[in-house]
Amino acid sequence: MRSRYSFGVFSFFLWLGLVAPGYAAADPKVLHVLNRLGFGARPGDVERVQAMGVDRYVQQQLNPQSIQESTYLERKLATLETLDLTPAQLAQQIRPRVMQAMGAKTPEAKQQARKEARQEARVTLQQAVEAKLLRSLHSQRQLEEVMVDFWFNHFNVFSGKGLTFLWVGSYESQAIRPYSMGRFRDLLGATARHPAMLFYLDNWQNTAPNSPGAKGRFKGLNENYARELMELHTLGVNGGYTQQDVMSLAKILTGWGMGRASGSNGFKFDADRHDFSDKLFLGQTIKGSGVQEVEQALDMLAKHPATARHISYKLAQYFVTDVPPQSLVDRLTQRYLATDGNIRAMLETLFRSEEFWDSKVYNAKFKTPYQYVVSAMRAAGTEVEHPRPLYAVLQQLGMPPYGCQTPDGYKNTEAAWLNPDGLSRRLSFATALANGQLGAVAVLGGRDRLGDRPSSANQALATSKPVDAQQLMITLGDRLSDKTKQAIATSPSHLQAALILGSPDFMRR
Amino acid sequence: MNRRHFLQQAGLFATSGIVTIGTHGWAARAIGQTGSDPKRLIVIFLRGAVDGLSVAVPYQDPSYYSARPRIAIPKPGTAGGALTLNGQFGLHPALATLMPLWQQKRLAFVQCCGSPDGTRSHFDAQDYMESGTPGTKSTRDGWMNRLLATMSGRSPIQAVNVGTTTPRILSGAMPVATVATGRNAARPLPIDRPQVADAFDKIYSGNDKLSQVYKDAREAREALMQDLEKEMQMANNGAALFNAFPGDAQRLARLMARDRRIQLGFLAVGGWDTHVNQGATRGQLATRLQALARGLETLQKDLGKVYNDTTILVMSEFGRTVNENGNGGTDHGHGNLLWVMGGQVRGGSIHGNWRGLAANQLHEGRDLPVTTDFRDVVGSVLQGHLGLDRTQLSQVFPNYRPSKTLALV
Repeated sequence: MRSRYSFGVFSFFLWLGLVAPGYAAADPKVLHVLNRLGFGARPGDVERVQAMGVDRYVQQQLNPQSIQESTYLERKLATLETLDLTPAQLAQQIRPRVMQAMGAKTPEAKQQARKEARQEARVTLQQAVEAKLLRSLHSQRQLEEVMVDFWFNHFNVFSGKGLTFLWVGSYESQAIRPYSMGRFRDLLGATARHPAMLFYLDNWQNTAPNSPGAKGRFKGLNENYARELMELHTLGVNGGYTQQDVMSLAKILTGWGMGRASGSNGFKFDADRHDFSDKLFLGQTIKGSGVQEVEQALDMLAKHPATARHISYKLAQYFVTDVPPQSLVDRLTQRYLATDGNIRAMLETLFRSEEFWDSKVYNAKFKTPYQYVVSAMRAAGTEVEHPRPLYAVLQQLGMPPYGCQTPDGYKNTEAAWLNPDGLSRRLSFATALANGQLGAVAVLGGRDRLGDRPSSANQALATSKPVDAQQLMITLGDRLSDKTKQAIATSPSHLQAALILGSPDFMRR
Repeated sequence: MNRRHFLQQAGLFATSGIVTIGTHGWAARAIGQTGSDPKRLIVIFLRGAVDGLSVAVPYQDPSYYSARPRIAIPKPGTAGGALTLNGQFGLHPALATLMPLWQQKRLAFVQCCGSPDGTRSHFDAQDYMESGTPGTKSTRDGWMNRLLATMSGRSPIQAVNVGTTTPRILSGAMPVATVATGRNAARPLPIDRPQVADAFDKIYSGNDKLSQVYKDAREAREALMQDLEKEMQMANNGAALFNAFPGDAQRLARLMARDRRIQLGFLAVGGWDTHVNQGATRGQLATRLQALARGLETLQKDLGKVYNDTTILVMSEFGRTVNENGNGGTDHGHGNLLWVMGGQVRGGSIHGNWRGLAANQLHEGRDLPVTTDFRDVVGSVLQGHLGLDRTQLSQVFPNYRPSKTLALV
């Protein structure tokens, strides 16, 4: 019965010329892995994964080094010269300008020099945004990009706060990317030492009152990082810590800050500003010893069952469903505790779980604006020369890269992102992309937060080719619902690609 | 709502006067149903926890100055000093433009106000203040959405949010319209083209969640675009505003002034989490307060006649520590100030139970206590201003028995 019905619909489409003869709908599991382990299908992906098998695809994605990276992507990334700079090198870059500003004779000249320093330095943020978009769009190591995005949001920093913008790119590539499928403890340690985090959550100024180094702006305790380290990064808000623990951790973290020395990678522990007393933290005494105290505290936090639960819940929510099944969260928690927080091991468990393969969860997660925009660009198969205008689109949708102001990072649930205005803007983006007029929509945003946009970038997108509806259907494995297909089939042909990208089916992953 | 119903509604819109009123008739009369002027409520949420002790400064309390050697606002009458509110508190000088409102008794403050839940997490505290159910995480909707459900006169733009995502406070079963922040709010989008809209109407014609949101989007956009286009024409004649909040406040005010169907407005302003280098008379916090004051002033001015029927609440998730921290900033505290202003507000006074800053009067020895539940303040405004009865109030704040009524409106 079902197959005859499908055949009926299929021949309906043959008649309308929407899908090429002889094409059969793809295995839904193939779409599921492309949507969840990555940012959706590019032309040819469905056939490729179908041929190699879903299991092998998952195994490959879990071992990104085994995957040959796109040469197009590598060529593009090679042109972004600030990507591999260390935090110290990045700070060094703006130093001459800052010195010039400090030496300026008049307040106006000082102001001007400062402004120029910021403008010059914005190149690093622009390149970080371009690199992120290019990788999401073109990398063959899709799961790695997904995990980098996941962890960046988990350990979020906001480029709009002071100097953070200078370091977000380095933060992602040096503190997050290398550990995105490694040990959680390494991720925790690397983010804790990076100037982007030290600056964003103020710990660089956290000082023991009355310590030898306490002076000027470094006069006393600042509990900002200590609190978020437990609430957001490790134990979770119900993880069982008290205000007393927040205070103790803040004391443990005194003197844990930024350094200028070129070999330091931007981190420096200043013993002169540290509180060397013994602290009672989470029921244990931490002997006053200096930098070792922080390592000990991070060890305790990383080993804590509440951290295991918190991370497990977030992974299950991201990969399976907004309110994840407790059974899965429990199993991931066990896996975390048994493997000392091995993220790849947790992902293996997740991708083997019956909860992940429950057909009810296929195409059930509402895409975030970032996932929506990237998946649409991927499906359209557009080779993106200049991803910068996409930033403007993402800004309009409320999700510019590195632009989440609060330390909890962007959410990935339907409740956070499904709203009338957002939907209007998605459909408008879909229409513009499908018609090859993306530049026009990006321009609507006016100047983006990255500063002036190179006009060639707009040009490139404004003149991109219209998207072919039939090719799009094939790229997406011909898995749209019958209702969507019928609505598309009865619409003018020049709107069909827009309808596919703006369909309810494509809003989800 | 099924498609037929939707089309009927769309048809109603086309004949309800919105479309047919010409440019000239536009300015002459407000849009929407006739009858007595509707009451309006605007909530402004200061995300990140504003330092209330710098807003209404307890300058008579010596502990204030000893607790804050670097960031205290000087006494009234001294250089950069606070502006006298009453014999006990002074207003931050960056808020000087609000003094006339205080003098006209249209601005009131509630001291030591907040949520009974003691969390110092921004996210939990905002969540509780927006769901209206402190301590209960499972509440799905926000109190402004439940408020909407108690109000008569259904319209897709009865509540307008300025921003990109629907905030917790407005989430729920009732549709809520959103206006983008910034000047591009009124630019036409491809979806506004009739042929494109017709095509998408077919695809989103079901009873599923996405189709519902789509229908809300279409209705709200149709209604708001009309208003916004006019607004843009006017805004271009006016002076440019220097940052987002005053501009957004102006846009919201003009929308509400023009369209009487809009009864609830919500705006969030971030950037109050001043852990470092907060400043005093001048500095980070002062700059933000100044922009806030400009926005509030704009709201009052551009609401025009409608201001008489409007109450504005300014709230924040919790207060900040009484003592300044080691970096010239303040950390997460507990009790805070809640601001109430509007055409019918009985202002010029500071409400709430103030116990001073002596260490034994502070919450956990460090923060202002909460002596007034924020729901008592909101509830008093909903009853006094919007005319909600007890039953309706208990729908807005379920499982809550108000402990007092404040004479605010």
